[in-house]
Amino acid sequence: MPHRFKRRSGPTARALVASAAVVFTAAATAACGARAGEEAAAAESCLDTSGDTIKVGALNSLSGTMAISETTVRDSIYLAVEEINAAGGVLDKEIEIVAEDGASEPVVFAEKAEKLIREDCVAAVFGGWTSASRKAMLPVFEDNDSLLYYPVQYEGLEASENIFYTGATTNQQIIPALDYLAETGVESLYLVGSDYVFPRTANAIINAYAEAHGIEVLGEDYVTLGSTEFSTIVQQVNAAGADAVFNTLNGDSNVAFFREYTNVGLTPEDMPVMSVSIAEEEVGGIGIENIEGQLAAWNYYQTVESETNTAFVDAFKAEYGSERVTSDPMEAAYNSVHLWAATVEAAESFAVDDVQEAAGGIAFDGPEGTVVIDGDNNHVSKTARIGEISADGLLYTVWESEGPIEPDPFLDGYDWAADLKVTD
Amino acid sequence: MDLIVGQLFTGLSTGSILLLAALGLSLTFGQMGVINMAHGEFIMAGCYTAYVVQQAVGDAGVSLLIALPLGFAVGGAMGLVLETLLIRHLYHRPLDTLLVTFGVGLILQQVARDVFGAPAVNVTVPEFLRGGVDLLGTTVPKTRLFIMALAVVAVAAVTLVLRLTPAGRRIRAVVGNRDLAETAGISSRTVDAGTFFIGSGLAGVAGVALTLIGSTSPTTGQSYLVDAFLVVVAGGLGRIKGAVVAAVALGTLQAVFETYSTASLAKVGVFIVIVVFLQLRPQGLFTLRTRSLA
Repeated sequence: MPHRFKRRSGPTARALVASAAVVFTAAATAACGARAGEEAAAAESCLDTSGDTIKVGALNSLSGTMAISETTVRDSIYLAVEEINAAGGVLDKEIEIVAEDGASEPVVFAEKAEKLIREDCVAAVFGGWTSASRKAMLPVFEDNDSLLYYPVQYEGLEASENIFYTGATTNQQIIPALDYLAETGVESLYLVGSDYVFPRTANAIINAYAEAHGIEVLGEDYVTLGSTEFSTIVQQVNAAGADAVFNTLNGDSNVAFFREYTNVGLTPEDMPVMSVSIAEEEVGGIGIENIEGQLAAWNYYQTVESETNTAFVDAFKAEYGSERVTSDPMEAAYNSVHLWAATVEAAESFAVDDVQEAAGGIAFDGPEGTVVIDGDNNHVSKTARIGEISADGLLYTVWESEGPIEPDPFLDGYDWAADLKVTD
Repeated sequence: MDLIVGQLFTGLSTGSILLLAALGLSLTFGQMGVINMAHGEFIMAGCYTAYVVQQAVGDAGVSLLIALPLGFAVGGAMGLVLETLLIRHLYHRPLDTLLVTFGVGLILQQVARDVFGAPAVNVTVPEFLRGGVDLLGTTVPKTRLFIMALAVVAVAAVTLVLRLTPAGRRIRAVVGNRDLAETAGISSRTVDAGTFFIGSGLAGVAGVALTLIGSTSPTTGQSYLVDAFLVVVAGGLGRIKGAVVAAVALGTLQAVFETYSTASLAKVGVFIVIVVFLQLRPQGLFTLRTRSLA
């Protein structure tokens, strides 16, 4: 009887701590499991090219906080594969997709990549979004000598032989965005970002650029991923009175940020916000009334005028519904599948070494324009575009670079970036 | 002056958001001792209630007024189902309750993802809540004023229900001494179910209100869950008064730290303060004196 009374006291702080410990221990064990698996790696590929089909992996977050963005990338990967199969496949083999869920967790990405390479014996993997997920997968692809096609703009300063980067690196997105702002007379900036590797690196580049070009950075703030509390930050942005805000927030935080921004009465005319992670897909969730007239920097918009893009948009809508929109990462993912197929055709082989050998100079006429793989760093040349968000929820190009910009992930071609070099 | 007023307001505003998210929890966790990890998903259900109502009604202002009571009903109904089917069988087993409700939370997130899709949906802010009001030199968003008012109303309503109604008296009796209350003819099962209904309903209301400032996506609830638990624990289990004071204190602390450092460092600062505070005063700000023998 006495201990019945005792139990009734309800959970104590100690019970809470114990519960938390259970959860954290479970997570830590999972992480260690992944690492132990990697070490036991044998680099021999189990790729089987004897059948009529060839397997590739699609590794995107279908659950968790990144699912909002990554499911769209998966859709365009499927579209590209269907197109290639309809046209006779790659080296006369039909492409078969093995899909896995990265669950928005870098550890899971690494585990699933390992599974795709070792158990499913795929020829290449398409996917990943956050830099954390790419960094987690990088050793897996290098140790197993396999291929990852990564379709999202990122912070640069990386070039792995085993990764093809089909999204923009910094000199194809952030630097053109800064050039554009400088051209329009912006002399001071306020930087707002989520607290992880991309915004931190991007802002280091922005600071170096600003110093070299006489632009004043009035403030730099980071919030934890997924944070929705922007009251103080927006107040500080407002008080600082910069000419423009450079926004590297990711995911749901953008919704809260732009709502707060609009509600305190800031407009694109007073203080435009240049965003690098808001595309067509995200505009709907933020609410057009909160973001109309703001700027974004990408390489592709649904509204890009070209025959290839019209065909791409039509095919996508026919497949997934007319209310769907196409965005930059989706286009880069779509290109990545076609680039892989073109490289395999040129190499006449699925073997990783042959694909790496043949990749340099492979071109694909994509919706954004022609993209060409740079054999030196496995990035692709891309056209930079600044877009304005319009009332219909789409982005329209207000400025674009003169032709595709060569990728320069380590910013070797920029004197002011000399101190930024990161070696890891 | 601007800065101080601004900070004071931000503190109150952040505090009222925390309070709204934590109020239901201070009933279910604080009064009943149930660690409900799915509380965040009840908030999320409230968000989607606001979305669905807005899709059906059209007018943002009218739909907000409909969604508030409906959010209470939806959250409450979900809480009632959870209580009846699972939690009831797990009283006095806090660890099992934690794991089970954590699982339920994940299931609810996936359901939301399957029904509404993974991308965030947009709940339009009514015309009369857009923009800001100039208050002593700083611009205060109307949405935040609305949430503060709602938090005050919700706290007042809960306090009145607990103090003045027969049902509230029964809840307090069961919290004070379950056995004695049962001896006096109170069905503690009914009271538990009722308390859980109200607590979860408040989460639904919080969800509806939070669509005004935040995003509505399947993972929305998670961002509020940890903070809500912090408020309840720091305030002292079982005391609404504690939750109110703790929410405002944490909100102000966060706002002040954020002004002088960065948002992520501010979070660290707040956590350090809470850890130190709980070391010195493990029972929280206020303690509930019960006649239980524990």
